[in-house]
Amino acid sequence: MELKEERLRSLLLRGLVGDASAYHIFLSELTAHLRSFVRRRLAHLPEEVEDLVQELLLAIHNQRHTYDSAQPLTAWVQAIARYKLIDLLRRRSRTSGLHDPLDDDYDLLAAADGDAAEARYDLAKLLQQLPDRQRLPILYVKIEGRSVADAAKRTCMSESAVKVGIHRGLKALAGRIRSIQ
Amino acid sequence: MKTEDWVSMLATGVDAIDPKRTARRHFLAIIGGLLAALAFTGGILRFNPALSHLMSRPMFWVREAYCAALALLGFAAVTRLARPGTRLGFVPAGIGTVVLVMWIFAATVLVTAPPQNRSRLIFGTTAGVCPFLIALVAVPLFIAVLWVLRGLAPTQLRLAGAAAGFAAGSLGALVYSLHCPELAAPFLGTWYLLGMLIPTSLGAWLGPRLMRW
Repeated sequence: MELKEERLRSLLLRGLVGDASAYHIFLSELTAHLRSFVRRRLAHLPEEVEDLVQELLLAIHNQRHTYDSAQPLTAWVQAIARYKLIDLLRRRSRTSGLHDPLDDDYDLLAAADGDAAEARYDLAKLLQQLPDRQRLPILYVKIEGRSVADAAKRTCMSESAVKVGIHRGLKALAGRIRSIQ
Repeated sequence: MKTEDWVSMLATGVDAIDPKRTARRHFLAIIGGLLAALAFTGGILRFNPALSHLMSRPMFWVREAYCAALALLGFAAVTRLARPGTRLGFVPAGIGTVVLVMWIFAATVLVTAPPQNRSRLIFGTTAGVCPFLIALVAVPLFIAVLWVLRGLAPTQLRLAGAAAGFAAGSLGALVYSLHCPELAAPFLGTWYLLGMLIPTSLGAWLGPRLMRW
C-alpha cells in the first residue's frame, strides 16, 4: 500500500507540472481504487457506482490544485471521496431516507477493482448544456485533443480564455452532474 | 460514457498548475477586503481622534494582540479547512486558550475593581453598538474569505464557513479597534468576542449553501 501511495503520488506530482501522460496513468490507476472504495459503500445501489466513480475523477481533476505535496495522497483522495459519497447519499436521502454509516479508516489503496465500466450520463449531452465559451474549448482541447493555440484560432478566443473556458466548463460540468442525480 | 474515455478526456491537454499564482490571487483578495474594512472604519466610523494617546497605554496593545492572535488562528483554520484531508490540529485549542486568558484577565480586573466601577468595565460606553459594528466592518473581509474558499475544496462546509466568519470577524475587530475607545478587558472578552461570533454563526449557516462543489 505504501508503495502504491508513493507511486500514485509521484505520478500526480508529475501531472501537476504538466506531464499529461503521467497524469493519465495516475487517473487510470486511481480509478480501480475509487471503484472498489465506492462499490463497498454503495452495495445497495450498484447502479450508482460508476456514476460516482466518474464524478470523483472529475472532482479530483477540478480540485487538483488543492493537493499539498507534503500531505499523504491517500488522505487527500479519501477526503474527496467521502465528501462526494456523503453528498450523493444526502441528495438521495431526500427521496428515500437512506443513512449510511461511513467508516473512517484509510483503506482506499487496500483494494482495486479493474472492471471496465460505464456511467449512465452522456458527456455529449452534458456538454450541450454549457455555453459556447466553455463547451468549444472542452470539445476541441479535451475531446478532440487539439492544442490550446489551435482551439483559440477556431473559437476566435485568446489562449488564456480557452484555458479559463476549460477550467470553468469542467467545474460547471461537475455542477450539472450533481443536479441530475 | 466509458470510464476510460472519461479519464482520457480529463488527462488530455492538462496544464501545469501554478500554486504561487493561486496563492497570490487569494492574498490579494484578503488585502482587498482589509482595505475596504479600513476605508469603512476610517471614512464612515472615523478613526479614534485619541488614537495616539490610546497607543501609549499597554491595554491598547493587549487589545490589538488579542484580536491579531484570534485572526491568525482564524486564518490558520481557514487554510486547513480549505483542503481535503487536512486536520485542524492546534487551532481550536489555540482559540480556546486566547479567549480563556482574556476571560481570566477580565475576571481579575472585575474582582479587584471597586464594585461601583464594575458595570462600566463590562459595558463601557459602546457595548450596545460594538458587536454590530465589528460585524459590519468584517463584511468585506468575510466576502473575500468566502470567495477564496469557493475556489478551493472544503469538505466540512459548516465548519469551513464558521472558520471564514471567525477569521473575518477577528480581523474586522482588529480594524474596528482603530475607531473603538474601549480598552477594558471585561469589555473585550464580551463584546469583541460577540462581534466576532456574529460572522462566525453566519458563516456556519452560509457554508453549506455557498461552498458546495
